[in-house]
Parts: sequence; C-alpha cells; structure tokens
Amino acid sequence: MSANPKSSNERRDDAWRGFAPGAWQTRVNLRDFIQRNYKPYEGDGKFLQGATERTKRMWETLQPLLEKEREKGVLDVSQVPSGILAHAPGYIDKPNEIIVGLQTDAPLKRAIMPFGGWRVVAASLESYGYKPDPALGEIFTKYRKTHNDGVFDAYTPEIRRARSSGVVTGLPDAYGRGRIVGDYRRVALYGVDFLLADKAREKAELDERHSTEEVIRLREELAEQIRSLKELKEMGKRYGFDLSAPARDAREAVQWTYFGYLAAIKQQNGAAMSAGRLSTFWDIYFERDIREGKLTELQAQEIIDDLVIKWRIVRFLRAPEYNQLFSGDPVWVTEVVGGQGEDGRTLVTKTAFRMLHTLYNLGPAPEPNLTVFWSTQLPEGFKRYAIKASIDTSSIQYESDDLMRPKWGDDCAIACCVSAMRIGKQMQFFGARVNLPKTLLYALNGGRDEITGEQVGPMLAPITGDVLKYDEVMSRFEPMMDWLAKTYVNALNVIHFMHDKYCYEAIEMALHDRDILRTMACGIAGLSHAADSLSAIKHAKVKPVRDERGLMVDFKVEGEYPCYGNNDDQADDIAKLLVSRMMEKIRAYPTYRNAVHTQSVLTITSNVVYGKATGNTPDGRKKGEAFAPGANPSNGRDSHGALAALMSVAKIPYDDAEDGISLTLSVVPTALGSEADRITRGTKALDAYFGSGGFHVNINVLNRETLQDAMKHPEKYPQLTIRVSGYAVNFVKLTKEQQQDVINRTFHGAI
Amino acid sequence: MSQSLVGSRYELHIAREGAAESKTAHDYLAVYPGDLDEAGEEDIVGYVHSYEVGSTVDGPGIRFVGFLTGCLLRCKFCHNPDTWHKRNGHPVPVSRAMRQIGKYAKVLKVSGGGITLSGGEPMVQRAFAMEIFRRCKQLGLHTCMETAGRLGERFSDEDLQLIDLEILDIKGGDPATFEQVCGHPLQPTLDFARRLAALGRPAWIRFVLVPGLTDGHDNVEKLADIAAGLKNVERVEILRFHQMGRDKWHKLGLEYELEKIEPPAAELTERVRSQFRSRGLTVY
Repeated sequence: MSANPKSSNERRDDAWRGFAPGAWQTRVNLRDFIQRNYKPYEGDGKFLQGATERTKRMWETLQPLLEKEREKGVLDVSQVPSGILAHAPGYIDKPNEIIVGLQTDAPLKRAIMPFGGWRVVAASLESYGYKPDPALGEIFTKYRKTHNDGVFDAYTPEIRRARSSGVVTGLPDAYGRGRIVGDYRRVALYGVDFLLADKAREKAELDERHSTEEVIRLREELAEQIRSLKELKEMGKRYGFDLSAPARDAREAVQWTYFGYLAAIKQQNGAAMSAGRLSTFWDIYFERDIREGKLTELQAQEIIDDLVIKWRIVRFLRAPEYNQLFSGDPVWVTEVVGGQGEDGRTLVTKTAFRMLHTLYNLGPAPEPNLTVFWSTQLPEGFKRYAIKASIDTSSIQYESDDLMRPKWGDDCAIACCVSAMRIGKQMQFFGARVNLPKTLLYALNGGRDEITGEQVGPMLAPITGDVLKYDEVMSRFEPMMDWLAKTYVNALNVIHFMHDKYCYEAIEMALHDRDILRTMACGIAGLSHAADSLSAIKHAKVKPVRDERGLMVDFKVEGEYPCYGNNDDQADDIAKLLVSRMMEKIRAYPTYRNAVHTQSVLTITSNVVYGKATGNTPDGRKKGEAFAPGANPSNGRDSHGALAALMSVAKIPYDDAEDGISLTLSVVPTALGSEADRITRGTKALDAYFGSGGFHVNINVLNRETLQDAMKHPEKYPQLTIRVSGYAVNFVKLTKEQQQDVINRTFHGAI
Repeated sequence: MSQSLVGSRYELHIAREGAAESKTAHDYLAVYPGDLDEAGEEDIVGYVHSYEVGSTVDGPGIRFVGFLTGCLLRCKFCHNPDTWHKRNGHPVPVSRAMRQIGKYAKVLKVSGGGITLSGGEPMVQRAFAMEIFRRCKQLGLHTCMETAGRLGERFSDEDLQLIDLEILDIKGGDPATFEQVCGHPLQPTLDFARRLAALGRPAWIRFVLVPGLTDGHDNVEKLADIAAGLKNVERVEILRFHQMGRDKWHKLGLEYELEKIEPPAAELTERVRSQFRSRGLTVY
C-alpha cells in the first residue's frame, strides 16, 4: 500500500467506479451500498453455465485427498497453534486457482486452536493417532489459561451436576462458541485501511469515558480487533494481494471477502462459521464487470465455483465426542441466498442462481450450507430453480424471509442453521440447549435423576399417586423449569464471560460495528416428547411404574390422546405453552453483557445424544431412544400427512423462539407426484408452509442409499413418507420386507 | 377431533363398531345392504376411515384426502380391504369434517389444490360426499372424487357439476377381466364414464397394472380405446401393482390370491403406457 493519501484515494475511486453514491461512501454501511446498486433478477436459470475444464480439474485434484481423509478421519494436522498469520500461504494447485487461501499451508491439513481448551485439543490429536506436542501442553496448562479452564473455575456445583446428568447439554464450554457472522463484505467494499480508520475512531470515542470494567473491556477488544485487521492485511500480502484498498473487480471482491472469512477460520474453531449473505453484494461487481466487457458468464460462474471449492474444504480438528454430538464433521459455512428487500424488490440476483448452480457444477454437498430465504413474493423463476436443485441434490434449507425481515431487516444472515442476525450489527452467545423431557421427569421424581438416582434438581416433593394428574404434574413442572432456566443462564453467563476473556473472536468482531446487539441464544430439545407426554397425562390415563428407589422409570398409558404434529390444538397448544413458558422463565435471569434472551427449538442431529441420556417418558418413548429433531413431531405420531405436521410446527410462536425453529422433512422424489409436476408442487408446498407461519424446513429428497440407511436407523428419518402408485406410507413403520420392496420400486424401474 | 379421527390410512381399522359382524372371512367379503342406506337430512353423518393432508398425487395441487369407508367391489388387488365396510369407519358429522377441512382451506387454495374423497368407494355415501363437496365449493376449493364409478347412477347431473375432477378407477376394458378382478360388470362404470364425457366433466383414468390379472394386451387395448373415445379425459395414470396391502388381507384372515405376484417389470409397464400413448392420451 502507499502512504500517499492521494494515490489511495485514486485507488478507491477506481474501485468504486460506476457505483451509485450514498451514505455508504463515508461510513461503513453495506446495506446502503447494496440497496443503491444491486440489480434484481426475475428470470430463470437458463443463462447459467457449466463447470469449466479448469474447475473440474481443480475439484478432481482434491478427490484423492478427500478419499484419504474419509479413511483416516483426518488427513493431516499442523501442531502450530492457529492464527491469522500462523501458517505460510497454502494452495491446491497454485497456477490454476482463481480464489486462493487455505487455513494452513496445505489443503485439508487441520490446525489446532488451543485457546478454547488444551484438553480438547490433546484428546482430538490422540484420537486421530497424533501425539500432542509436550511443549505446547506445558504452555497451555502451565503458562496460558484457556477458555475451558476459566469456565470450570467459575462453574457452580449445581451447574456441574446439571451438565453431567444431561439435563443441560452441549454447552460450548470446551469448544468455540461460533455462531458469529463477520461482515466479510466490508473487506471487499472498503479495503482494510478504511476499516482500521473506522475502528480507530470507535476506540477514540471511548477515550473520554471513565474506565469502568465495561469500558476497559471494550477498549481492549477494539485493540485486539485493530491488531487482527493488520494481520488480515499482512495475510493478504503473503498471498500477493494488497487488501488495504477496496476490491476493483468481481474476482477481487470475492477474493477480498473470502480473505476476511479465511482470517476468521484461521483464528476460531467455532461451532458454526457462517459466510453470511454474499451473493447479492458480489452480483454488483459481476454486473459491472460484465457491463464493462471484462467478464463473461462462464468466468463469473468459474469464480463462484472456485470459491465454493474453498468453502467445501474448511476443516477443524474436533474431538470425537463433538462429532458424535453433531453427527460428523460439520462447519456450517452458511450462505444465504434469496429473500425480498424491505422496499419490495427481490434480493435475488443472477449470482444467487450461480451460487445454487455450484450444486450441479461440483455435485451435491452439505457445505456450504446453502440457505434460501423463502418468501411467497420471490420471483417464480428463482423458486423453481431452488426447488429443482432441492429435488436433485437435497442440499438446500429454506427459511421464512417473511418472518425474519420484520425483525432483523433485509440484510440479515443465518448463523449455523436457523439463527438470524443483522450482519455486522449483531452477534449471539450460543447456548446449546436444555433437555425438556428430562426436566419433566425431574418434576415427577422430585428433582432426582431418573437414571442415576442422584439429586440434580431442587428437592421438590415427588408425585406419589397411581395415576398422574395434569394439574399436579404442572405444579411441579413449573418450579422445575424455573430451576432449569436459572441454572442454564448461570452457566451461559460464565461461559461467555470466559470466552470473551480467553478466546475472543477478534477478526470476526472487527468486521462488526462496535455497538452491537447481543443475544443469549438459549434452546430446548425434545419438545415433541414433552408435549406428547403432557398430552397423555391430560387426555389419557398415565400410570407410573416405580422402581425400588421409588423413582418413576416407566409409564403405562391407557386410552388415546392427541399428539403434537396433527394440527390438533389440544396437543399443539401444549407445545406452544412449553415454548412460551420456558422463554418467560429464561427471561427472568439477567445475562452477561445485557444480551437479549432468545431461544431456539433446534436440533438437527444432536437429538440422538440427548435421547440417549433420557429415561422412559410418558409419551411411550423408550429410555435411550432418540428425540425427534428440532420442532419435529415425534417419529410416527403425526398420522395425518406432512401438511398437518407442517401446520403444527408453524404454530410454534417465533416471538418466543427468535433464535429459530427447525423442521426436518424427508421425501422421495415420487412423493411430489409425477415428474412433470414436481417443481410446481414443491414451490406451492413451500408457499403454503411459509404462508402459514412456518419458519424453517430442511428438505431431504432421498436416494436409494439413504432409504437403506433409514431401514437401519429409523430414528434419523422422521416424517419419511414414501409414495408409490397412489399409496403413501410412513417408511419407518413398514416391515423390513416392505421397506425393501419400497426401495426396489422407488429406485428400480419406476419412471 | 383427533379422538374420533385417529389413525391413518396406513393402519388397519376394523376394531370398531360393526366389527363383530365380520368374524369370518366369508362374512367379511359380503356386502351389507344396510351400508347403502342414506343418512338423515340434518348434519349428515359419514363414515371415515382416515384422512391425510398433504397428498400430491390425488388430484392437482396439494390435497386433503378423506378416505370414506364402504365399497361393494371386492377387487383382488385392493390395498385397503379395511375400508370395505362402512361401519368400520369413524362416524363423523359433516360439520365436524368441515371444521377439519376448513383449517387447511387457505393452504389448499394457495397450492392450487383442494379436497379429494376416496375410499373405499365414496359413492356409497352419496349424501355425505355431496354435502362435503357442496360446502367445499363454497370455500372455493377444488373438488375431486376418486371412484370406480359402479354407483354412478346415484349421482345427478347437478351433483356432478359440483365435482371438479373425477378420478375414475377402471380395471380394464375387457368385460370378463373386469368382472374377474372386482366381481362386478363393466357396463355401469362405462355408462358413468360416458355420462361424464357428455357433461364435459374433467376426468383422469386410473388403471392398476397387475401382472397376470389386468396386463392382458386385449384388456389394455380395449381400455385405451374407451379412454381415447372420452373427450373429457385429461390423463391416464398407470398404477403399478404393489404388495403394500398384503398384510391387511392377512390380518383380516382373508385369502389373498395375489400372494406371489411381483410388481410389473419396467418393460411391461412401458408396453402398457405405449398402448395408451399411441392413442394420443397423456400418460403418467
């Protein structure tokens, strides 16, 4: 970069040539820039181009490495503690890469991030056959305290008990909390020098403020942010780019943005490291380059394809327990496409199509976690293209733009799966979730754990009658939920205090405003089982079975009762009540940094682990059986079809679950009818669901292999409806023989 | 509501009132004349096996499908033999059924869908079915009846104007095969189909392809000729036989003649499709 202000101004003017001027030019304001400059696209996907030979070769180069990684679990590890500048530049195939940058000096080589906790790093290394470097072990146990150590210094015995019994689970006390979306676009639009000047201004404003704990923390954080931005610039330089000034064309815009993201994933091993909402922003650059005759459609697609290759090889070294909790090795590189603007124009651009098109050019993949913001107002061409890609690849999730826009505006993105936040203006303290069915069992058993018998919750009088009475159960459940909320928020406050202190996300927060909204993102698991259990107690006769310890370990149910998931208010109202009541109780406890309390009804995979830690429940779920994921009805309890289930889920109030409500739906291609109608029906079904207040849906269109997996692991496939020749069946309810028959029919010969 | 409409089409429902009458397989195969009685005038009570919301193959758009009980055919390939007897269903007054349907009216309309009455044979419960259709039309819903057409003469021309689509299950075009499959003559179904055509009421034809039973070249040829002669037929759907109903026959203690029949091979399916296609029909 140049010290001459004139020449850097010239560079900026050149980079911003042809852009409509506005407030964005003097202060960081991405939304203003986008709104003034983007070009909505209402057409279809016919303009799209396939993968170039270069792209195909690049992707093929990685295949042997990916294959080896699948075999070994981890391809390679660097024991240099990760940081923005920790590793030399890395490449897949340097001369042919369009977008460059790896987390370490080689593809798929994982870095260690010991600031979250040394024990986890050591365990992760050992589990994959690597010996932890003893010198590092000494540093991070003797000289440098970690987030994990800090948390356990301040945990209370009550929190520890709740944590180990599994009533409060998955807490980010030994791993990075993640769920922060840096506004990586800022790097491209402004260049790092502009951002540094802005951070300096923010810090200078604090100089006159009295040094309270809050002000001191903020000053220190801003100093860290400024240091990280400088490191980002240096990292760019090592790759041969000058990030001090703004990006001048589309390729640079994508590269600059990716460098911002790359710095974040070099610095943090967060539970979810989302990308944001980039396509509309980038499209402005693509459009300008195409207008100027500097870029063809094929080249535009090639840039996006190359970026997505980079996203697909983001890796973190994680402990096996973590992978068990999250079923595999997810990163949640969540990228939002679609949505409507506050002024009614669609935010869909050609680059939104290009992003989804990578699923064809590179094949289906879980990462990046492509998230379509669905509105009934979306252009038909885009709706149809997204549904087609869903049917062909199962790699897209959908969320309600119409629910989020009024709350979070039209420049919000998703952290992880369903947590919406204004980009650069909001972050969350990720809170995992509490186990609601187990809490109900504690209420029945006077606070004793139904498996260990240990007194975990408060010692309330246990229920003694032969038949459970709804009012009596609720009179115990309420105080048990109070205790749970208190213990939970206590734990989260400790965790996030220590995370800020020992494992601060400097570069991600450098790409935020100084004064942001923080949310304390609590969550609940097992909603359907808690609701169905209470419905059974209310509408049927539930007789507890007690063991020699006097604990209720099983339940006999006489009579029928309505279950959540059938669009029946008698049961759905109980689920709604549980969500709202839990939220109310959580709100009673003040949070660290005055974060706003929110809650999610979200589990995509961890429901299996929570179920394992929970005894028999009154709804007939057996000890150890998986919970239904997220806000799904219990497996097989929704007996009136997918739409009734969707409508039940749509009733869960978003106002009391502002961190998101997830729904997993599995269908086979034929379930959407004859091929000619599939796309139309798919779009109409999503219009119907989201038009009724639905928040999220993960659509898996199954292939033969997944159906075979469903035979072995029915708990993983809720609402799996198969339709053959005008006959719909719930797959997991069929006998093995029938399942095999369905598989044969669905994927053999049926046209 | 869920108390009286619990369960789904996937599950066997016979342990209801009237079940005592069907102790033996012989009894079960019988048709009870009382099932054909019409209900009273006020808030007609229908008998419902189950309902499902979200079907995408029983008519256009997304459908609310009500499976009514009662049928006088005894098709050898029936996959819902538990719907044969009207009183195996749950008694549901029209008002209650409409409350349930009404919950989905908006969604069904958005999807370009509506309500489909299937069964069993919905024509058995004409008064109930027509009242549901009448009220659904008032809600602006698309209406559809899936029927074998055997009792078509029960429906007046005015009735048929309230049904936007008929899905007509025809077992074949050869009278002998037809009778062999379901124990009833072809003629009443043909009469109904031609009447629909004369009235210009839209129809889809469904043909269940069962190897060794309905797959005869001649049987298909004749049905294709019939379909091609009906100007109101929008599409022909070939349903490939499956064994999903076998368990139900076993549980009911019925002798199931198609025990060993395999689903039709792809080549056979294609042959049958092309027989229809060659007459200019739209085949699914």
